[in-house]
Amino acid sequence: MFTELNSILNTSPDSFTQGDFILVSGRQSDASFLIHHFLSFYLRARCKVCFLGLVQSFSHYSAVCQRLGVSLAQAKEKRQLVFLEGLQEGLSVFIPQDDTTGNKALSFLRDPMVGLQNLYEFVRSSVSSPGGGEEGSDGSEQWGPPVLLVDDLSVLLSLGVSARAVLDFSHYCRASLCSQLQGNVVMLLHCEEEEEEDDGDDEGSERLLKGLIHQCCLALHVQGLPTGYCRDIHGQVEVCWRRRQGDGQHTQNKVFQYKVHDKGASFFARGTSSAVL
Amino acid sequence: MAAPVNSVVNSSAKCSSFNATSFQKKTRSRLISIPGTRPSVQNGQLLVSTGVTSLDYLLGGGLAVGTVLLIEEDRYDSYSRMILKYFLAEGVVCRHELFVASAQHTPDDILQELPSPILDDVAIHKPVEQPRLSHEPQDSLDAMKIAWRYQNLPKVQTALASSSRFGHYYDVSKMMEAEIREAAKCHRFYLPEHPTQSSPTHSPMLESYSALLKSLRDVIQREGFEVTAPMSKSRNILRIGLHSLGSTLWGDDLCCHDNPRHGHALTTFLYGLRALLRSSLSVAVVTVPSHLIQNRALMGRITRLCDNAIALESFKGSEREANPLYKDYHGLLHVRQVPHLNCLASQLPDHKDLAFKLKRKQSHIQCGILWPFHLFIYFDL
Repeated sequence: MFTELNSILNTSPDSFTQGDFILVSGRQSDASFLIHHFLSFYLRARCKVCFLGLVQSFSHYSAVCQRLGVSLAQAKEKRQLVFLEGLQEGLSVFIPQDDTTGNKALSFLRDPMVGLQNLYEFVRSSVSSPGGGEEGSDGSEQWGPPVLLVDDLSVLLSLGVSARAVLDFSHYCRASLCSQLQGNVVMLLHCEEEEEEDDGDDEGSERLLKGLIHQCCLALHVQGLPTGYCRDIHGQVEVCWRRRQGDGQHTQNKVFQYKVHDKGASFFARGTSSAVL
Repeated sequence: MAAPVNSVVNSSAKCSSFNATSFQKKTRSRLISIPGTRPSVQNGQLLVSTGVTSLDYLLGGGLAVGTVLLIEEDRYDSYSRMILKYFLAEGVVCRHELFVASAQHTPDDILQELPSPILDDVAIHKPVEQPRLSHEPQDSLDAMKIAWRYQNLPKVQTALASSSRFGHYYDVSKMMEAEIREAAKCHRFYLPEHPTQSSPTHSPMLESYSALLKSLRDVIQREGFEVTAPMSKSRNILRIGLHSLGSTLWGDDLCCHDNPRHGHALTTFLYGLRALLRSSLSVAVVTVPSHLIQNRALMGRITRLCDNAIALESFKGSEREANPLYKDYHGLLHVRQVPHLNCLASQLPDHKDLAFKLKRKQSHIQCGILWPFHLFIYFDL
């Protein structure tokens, strides 16, 4: 959990808005440090978290969260965290052993045309399982509103899923988690350099990005510095609020620069890096 | 401070009982000491050498076990193939096991071209010496005057001494001797030997890549490289060299079309490869002919699915060869990506403009990476 980012976003584990769909995107920059922030944030806020870790192994996320002060293994034990390890489960889908067909949630690996419905069912069942959000009749701890974190959506595109299917999946998640269950959704998307869209059914990360920006209410866009590579400032984050107020859309943009270090990240206004001042 | 260290030890032990991947925090109780590896100073991960010591430095000390290094080939596949051979040669010297896959050349062709190590602490079996000794006992007596205890022992070691050094130097002008090479266990995958069975699957991965992935998984399981394998036997590292993935010889059309039909074959394979590597004590080097791939977004996706990525650009045959700025170098090296595993921040190199050349040192030719050549601009004025 990055304290400076909390003050920028005006949230804290004790008070945060519910029903938010947050999009974290990075263009040619790695925005995954923000996913670690949100993971530790919502675990500290005692929410029931469903984390789709498709890109790295469980021990990677666990080691990073350890530095941020949260233990993923303990959260998993207490059933606060439902973790889908994409790599390990995916391998058993690619190379089926004996007769087991592998985790049903990752059935899109076998045939990407099918879409992400099974993945959505997995998410739905994990956030509404007993012990999360409802009274725990067997004495298990009660957790707060459900939160879905996805790391990351662009690997789904790399595995052959169409942008349309990913947009459908995010819409379903938003509808069920944000609107019905008053929880939050955080999704990470990585875009490549600008690509021209020649035909309709292309790789589609640009289309996916535009669709998700339209759906979200808070967008954090990470990119490199426009002046080039710098060792002390790793890049800039553009924070865009799109709150839906009663009196119409209210948009606000702010740009910060950031530097990632071992135990967190520091955010500062442009030009106020400690290396400069 | 004692307390935080204890909590780290406890939690990592707990982690290991839930999930076994190759990224374990080094604790006193589970020290894996495998020859040819060393823990990283930054985050304690187990590192192996790529065979080129300056490349090790660029990658943050070495290649982390469980990761993939992507090498974007230069135009004639000369330097990328050389780095692949250095990687395999380092495996032979450190007594790791090798897995070589290729669609173009037979793996044996690649293995026969491994560079010879330049070592003073590795004794190499020299059969030519022994007849000379028997004919001239005087010399042998003179030579052994001080070390009389060892007179009756064979003069040279026949086995390759396991080198405790991390990173070695190689002489590219000489091939590695067959005895040393054959001492290493090597698994081969030559694509024409694996007839493609078209299975009724809609998976985007091509049959060639599936066969390769299955073969890798079989070797890893059979030879006990999985992290979850019992610790009773001594552990070793599997070095995987995959040559020219994505080229048309693998059945892929990435290099032919702007919008390839099998656009997701290689990325799906790389995802499966990452899954295999994360759960085993192995490290992979993959070369891809990126200069043939027109779709830059696709190349970006391929890069992101590998942990380390470098690109080589050789000056051979290009107009840069005549440029006085580059006259001392053989090509440019671009670091596309460095991993940040088990930590938030990645160790980016200080400089991004790098050049490489083959150094002729004494009578050897070695491959090395030189530092920011743009500094030399001042001297060329």
